[in-house]
Amino acid sequence: MKLITAVIKPFKLDEVKEALKAAGVAGITVTEVQGFGRQSGHTEVYRGAEYTVDFVPKVKIEILADDAQIDPIIDAIVASARTEKIGDGKIWITDVGAVQRIRTGEKGPDAI
Amino acid sequence: MDFALDSGNTAWVLMSTALVLFMTPGLAFFYGGMVRGKNVLAMLMQNIFAMGLLAILWAFLVFSLAFGDSGNAGFIGNLDYIFLKDVGIAGSPEEFFSFLTIPFILFCAFQMTFAIITPALITGATADRLKFAGYAVFIGLWLVLVYGPVAHMVFAGGWLADMGALDFAGGAVVHINAGAAALAVVLVIGARKGHPGEHMPPHNLPFTVLGTGILWFGWAGFNAGSALAADGIASQALINTILAPAAAMLGWLLVERFKSGHATTLGAASGAVAGMVAITPCAGFVGGMAPIYIGFIAGVVCYLALHIKAFFKFDDSLDVIAVHLVGGLLGSILLGFWADPAINAVVTNPGLFITDGGTELLVDQAVASGVTLVYSFVVSFLLAKVISATIGLRVTPEQEDVGLDLALHAETAYSN
Repeated sequence: MKLITAVIKPFKLDEVKEALKAAGVAGITVTEVQGFGRQSGHTEVYRGAEYTVDFVPKVKIEILADDAQIDPIIDAIVASARTEKIGDGKIWITDVGAVQRIRTGEKGPDAI
Repeated sequence: MDFALDSGNTAWVLMSTALVLFMTPGLAFFYGGMVRGKNVLAMLMQNIFAMGLLAILWAFLVFSLAFGDSGNAGFIGNLDYIFLKDVGIAGSPEEFFSFLTIPFILFCAFQMTFAIITPALITGATADRLKFAGYAVFIGLWLVLVYGPVAHMVFAGGWLADMGALDFAGGAVVHINAGAAALAVVLVIGARKGHPGEHMPPHNLPFTVLGTGILWFGWAGFNAGSALAADGIASQALINTILAPAAAMLGWLLVERFKSGHATTLGAASGAVAGMVAITPCAGFVGGMAPIYIGFIAGVVCYLALHIKAFFKFDDSLDVIAVHLVGGLLGSILLGFWADPAINAVVTNPGLFITDGGTELLVDQAVASGVTLVYSFVVSFLLAKVISATIGLRVTPEQEDVGLDLALHAETAYSN
């Protein structure tokens, strides 16, 4: 079992969600986050005074998946979140030791 | 004294009073949009509270201090009208106001709305750090010690008016007066925590644009109402109140685009307000293209004046000094160039650029502006010092971090 974490552009969230549903994903967790990468911040001007805003708003998506699902999920995210402009985001995958569904007590892949 | 009520004039001043009253909530939104989200209610509160406290003080005492014994060429009025004694539905008992064709009680109400917004203008400079109790005491005493005397000297035939200075709707009484007080108070309370390093962007510029619209709308009553009649002078004042802010907006945006690379929404709003300020003393005295020249100059100069605070290292949070003090001074001085007897017979010394004009009015305007600035600054500074040392005029650093809304008023503007 793996945890897939993707940080994407906020306006791409709907497209990514639809693509994930189409790929058979049963559930995702979404968080509004901010940070910086190669796409640095931006500059704002108020009454002649310039301010640099270092952090860019992004959306973080987390998906629990069985090992066999990983490739189609990653393909779905990359295809739907890509604009080919700087700041499209990243995806990373981490191993998950255990998963349990709270309602039924199911464990392991059955709980995903 | 014979009193002939004119219903047209009375109707216009009734309406103008309501228009000017609406400016204070407009100012609240103009300023409120520019502060951080954790301090927006405190800003709205300071302004709305001014409507509560100052209206009562005006009726109790300050109207009398300002307009008692009018035409005495002096420094202050008297106590003839305290608690609105002899201020009624008939005309003014003052010989000086025998030209009025509106009830004296209406004149009192109209002037009250000016007395309310003037101290409220200060709150932009002191944003994000003023202690509410200290503020309340400050504006109350300021109305008595500063506004009353200055209004008397300029609006009620006191010595500045007697000398020959002109101020149609409050370039000196309202804008130089409030601007100088704002400078004094920020020097006493110091800079916002984190200033100038920390980024403190406006939290809601749509509020600021909304406030600008309300101010402009209300300013029609402020300037055209100051004719105290529904006549040609009021009509001239009204178009000037549209043209000058329009030209000021263009002037501000032009310099801003050139200097910082963008024409901003905040710049359009700020430029328009600078134009409203600058045309205030001139509104019923200038005509033709003069309001456009005055407005354009104000837009450019007030934008450049934004640098004053960085140069002298004081923290005027929302640029009250650049917009109101500099704008008020500009309007008052520029009146000395364009005041025109063909527009208003009150102008006995035409401005320098007008036929048969001279420098006499210019000198009077400079003296009246200087006196207002120095008097307001000195008294405001002492008053702020005394309140700062007793009640306190600034919140604690912890309260400033939490935000004034929660720390002072136990409220938050926006739920998460």
